[in-house]
Amino acid sequence: MSNSVKLRRFQAPIWDEPVIMDMSVPGRRGLHMPRAEDAIIDTVGALEDLLPEGLRREQAPELPEMSEPDVLRHYLHLSQETLGMMGISLFGTCTMKYNPRVSERLAARPELAQLHPDQHPDTMQGMLEIVHRFDGLLRSLSGMDQFVFQAAGGADAAYLHTCVTRAYHAARGELGQRKQIITSIQSHPCSPATADAAGFEVINLNLGEKGYPSIEALKAAVSERTAALMINNPDDMGIYNPEIKEWVRIVHEAGGLCFYDHANFNGVMTKIRARELGFDACMFMLHKTFGAPKGGGGPAVGAYGCVDRLVPYLPGPIVDREGERFTLRDPGEHSIGKVREYMGNLQQVMKAYAWARAMGIDGLSDAADISVILNNYMEPKLLAIKGVTRSHPDIPGWRLEMTRYSLEQLFEDTGISVADVQNRMVDYGIDAFWMAHEPWIVPHPFTPETGEMWSLEDVDYWIAVLAKVCEEAYENPDLLRSAPHNQAIAKVKMDGLEDPERWAMTWRAWNRKRAALRARAA
Amino acid sequence: MNKALDRAHPYMPNSMQSTKASLLESLGVSSVEELYQQIPEEHRVRSDFDFPPALSSEVELERHIGDLLDRNQPCGRNLSFLGGGIWQHYVPAVCQEIMGRSEFLTPVWGTPSSDHGRNQAWFEFNSQLGELLGVELVGMPVYSWGCAVGHALRMAARMTGRRRVILPRLLDPERRQVIDNYCEPPEMESHLEVLEVEHDPATGAIDSASLKAMLDDSVAAVYVESPSYLGDIETGLEALAAACHAVGAEFIVGVDPISLGVLKAPGDCGADIIVGSTQPLGIPMSCGGGLGGFIASRDEPRYAYEYPTLMLSATETEREGEIGFSMALMHQCSYGSREDGKDWTGNSTYLHAIAGAVYLSLMGPQGMREIGELILQRAHYAAAKLSAVSGVRVPRPRGFFKEFVVNFDDTGKPVAEINDALRERGIYGGIDLSRRFPELGQSALYCVTEIHTQADIDRLVDAVKEVCA
Repeated sequence: MSNSVKLRRFQAPIWDEPVIMDMSVPGRRGLHMPRAEDAIIDTVGALEDLLPEGLRREQAPELPEMSEPDVLRHYLHLSQETLGMMGISLFGTCTMKYNPRVSERLAARPELAQLHPDQHPDTMQGMLEIVHRFDGLLRSLSGMDQFVFQAAGGADAAYLHTCVTRAYHAARGELGQRKQIITSIQSHPCSPATADAAGFEVINLNLGEKGYPSIEALKAAVSERTAALMINNPDDMGIYNPEIKEWVRIVHEAGGLCFYDHANFNGVMTKIRARELGFDACMFMLHKTFGAPKGGGGPAVGAYGCVDRLVPYLPGPIVDREGERFTLRDPGEHSIGKVREYMGNLQQVMKAYAWARAMGIDGLSDAADISVILNNYMEPKLLAIKGVTRSHPDIPGWRLEMTRYSLEQLFEDTGISVADVQNRMVDYGIDAFWMAHEPWIVPHPFTPETGEMWSLEDVDYWIAVLAKVCEEAYENPDLLRSAPHNQAIAKVKMDGLEDPERWAMTWRAWNRKRAALRARAA
Repeated sequence: MNKALDRAHPYMPNSMQSTKASLLESLGVSSVEELYQQIPEEHRVRSDFDFPPALSSEVELERHIGDLLDRNQPCGRNLSFLGGGIWQHYVPAVCQEIMGRSEFLTPVWGTPSSDHGRNQAWFEFNSQLGELLGVELVGMPVYSWGCAVGHALRMAARMTGRRRVILPRLLDPERRQVIDNYCEPPEMESHLEVLEVEHDPATGAIDSASLKAMLDDSVAAVYVESPSYLGDIETGLEALAAACHAVGAEFIVGVDPISLGVLKAPGDCGADIIVGSTQPLGIPMSCGGGLGGFIASRDEPRYAYEYPTLMLSATETEREGEIGFSMALMHQCSYGSREDGKDWTGNSTYLHAIAGAVYLSLMGPQGMREIGELILQRAHYAAAKLSAVSGVRVPRPRGFFKEFVVNFDDTGKPVAEINDALRERGIYGGIDLSRRFPELGQSALYCVTEIHTQADIDRLVDAVKEVCA
């Protein structure tokens, strides 16, 4: 197919926008509050008397004083100084996809935006029905018996699983003994991190020669101390562990639970079901696979589903259907309680439901196919670029929706790092690629994922930019070392970020520390 | 097996049959099935999916979802006095406009140069929040207030090497359940033992004598809130802080940022770690989806090194005089160090931080003072008017911010019944406290904010009179 690509001219907007505190003009106003009605003032008396003595704020906070249009324009400028998928983003492991704007319009309706979670269930039947219906769709896709949406992200769903694991073993009187959670070094960092935060000991399995840990490694790790397995499949390299059913059997036999982190669901949607592989629980990320927006890092949803025997441990409330009415049920004494207040980011659940309905089951199947086709379409073109290699080059065959590549060769030849390449690609309007989660299995990794949103022209364009940048690395490496050149700001200096005298998480800290450094230098 | 789409899907530019066919041809395979060769046949789904028909037409989709949403009866259409852990505050139109910008709404992560604008907006939120709180170190937001408390307690435990924490007994039940998970069950070696301290029922303040009696060098942290769950402003923060510090414990204070235009900054009251909700700052409730939390402290390495959050720092760029932003201390978060990192982080509520930056920029110091004063006035008006209703009492008629307890014992009617009757009149009464806190009798937690006019409050009072008569 195709595909000669002519690279466009690109220049990011540069507004040189000051930090907003420096735009303040005393006396300007951006929003008025109403004045209290006369009868209110007459009734409650002087303001000073409404606050306990000594607790009134004497020194006004140094917030900016701005007019409304100036605030609007400042943040519009900042939005323009954000590449933010205006170009092409093949950010692997995150499944960049289209977020239908009709869902934003729906979410802004007062019938959703102005719901309080403690309203009587009778006054939010529509919301509860959406939750119930979407629960049904995810059950169908996974085979699980019940989904809950309280977890506010994928990592929170992993954490929820560690809480469920504790409750399950505690109810059986085995928590004192089962303190180990097994995962692989290719799992998302949130699996070992949440296991550790929940009080478990983490066992990380190394990869075997087939690109996934061997059965022997698993067997060596499993014991009567095993609480759970937390695993993704395929992993971030697009490698599917074909022995996963046997893994689940082995862990179950030892008395552990099996949790399927479905972060990489896009390439296997409608192709496999977690339940049919034997898993007890799974997690879908609605802000990734199911078309809800990522918001640059949330609000997100980790939809957690499980089989019947784990339902008593779920956080509540659970949405039930009783005839034509939707009700809220407390899961009972074994419930883990909550991992976050209320039922979850339900506006995102609505968006995911809308997306799934718009796609339909055939659309989901098609999306998986397109994701896998495009990923494999990219491979020979990427490997044709001088300096690019693939992880596990000896493992033959098609990968799923992602493949892990390496710029190690490029680095050895030119001294140009994967971060330099990333910084140069943004000069062409290409959003940063994902490198790899820790630990890096190949040096200078990068992990593109096309998903189903990007057109063939976009994918060809992305490849052409990478080819161009790699060519530049060989011809003019300094161009990359000093990149970016066409972006909102120049390359940032990282050297002060670990230094207590220089890091500055607020503008006040920045001003104070800069002044101190200047004074010391003088 | 699933059926082929009969027309290209609007969300998928490559879904034409011709495109897929030529792509497959370029790969040298006859069917997409060949590309799934890694997955054993016995793993593949062979049964049908119970899925309703696709609504690929936006016309039908919006109608379908809209019809479902129309079955909700939101606050706003009704008169609501619900608060507790999420509150009905006004959301300025500019917040919504900026939150909806595609550059902020849809992406995930870029480089510090290509995502400069977003990083600056986040930094401006953290900076403005720091101004309100009176501290210089603010982490990137977390999921919620409860999650922020949980992380803060664990920070304190790591800092002190102690495993006992003290919480107010009267705490938002939702928040408390979240905190309990973070403290881990007793079977775990890293379990944090939770002790509960009482409030003085007369003032609503923490019973400082009881607290002092509980304090010793086994206590990692004391957590208190101002305003408390029941709405009362904590009058003894500085004394409580001193008592904590005397035994080497960390003093963690939860605050409602919308109160801080009129209330003294917690950083000036001896708080070591400050937590709270970002939701009041320009985020709609969305049935609980508006939550967000923050963790902040003095800018000291001892604290900085224990944050589980991402930490966004200002820094210089290669261009003289230019400021950029990048993540600091990445090695200590779970992305950097997996299980060896501090707790965990992940997708959070960062879009809300951008709305919060817009909100605080619009409000400025004057707006924050005005909103604080208005809420104080209207909430106290509501308390005064309600307490004048026969059989209705407001046990603490002064000293609260936007929420207060209303007791209905002398009406002889349970709160549940009163709220049902109010609901029939288009009014959502305050949260029923009687089930979780039976010692408060038939009490409800009423929330009044800047959105409630005098007429709204008078309407509530008239309805309460009628219902309780």
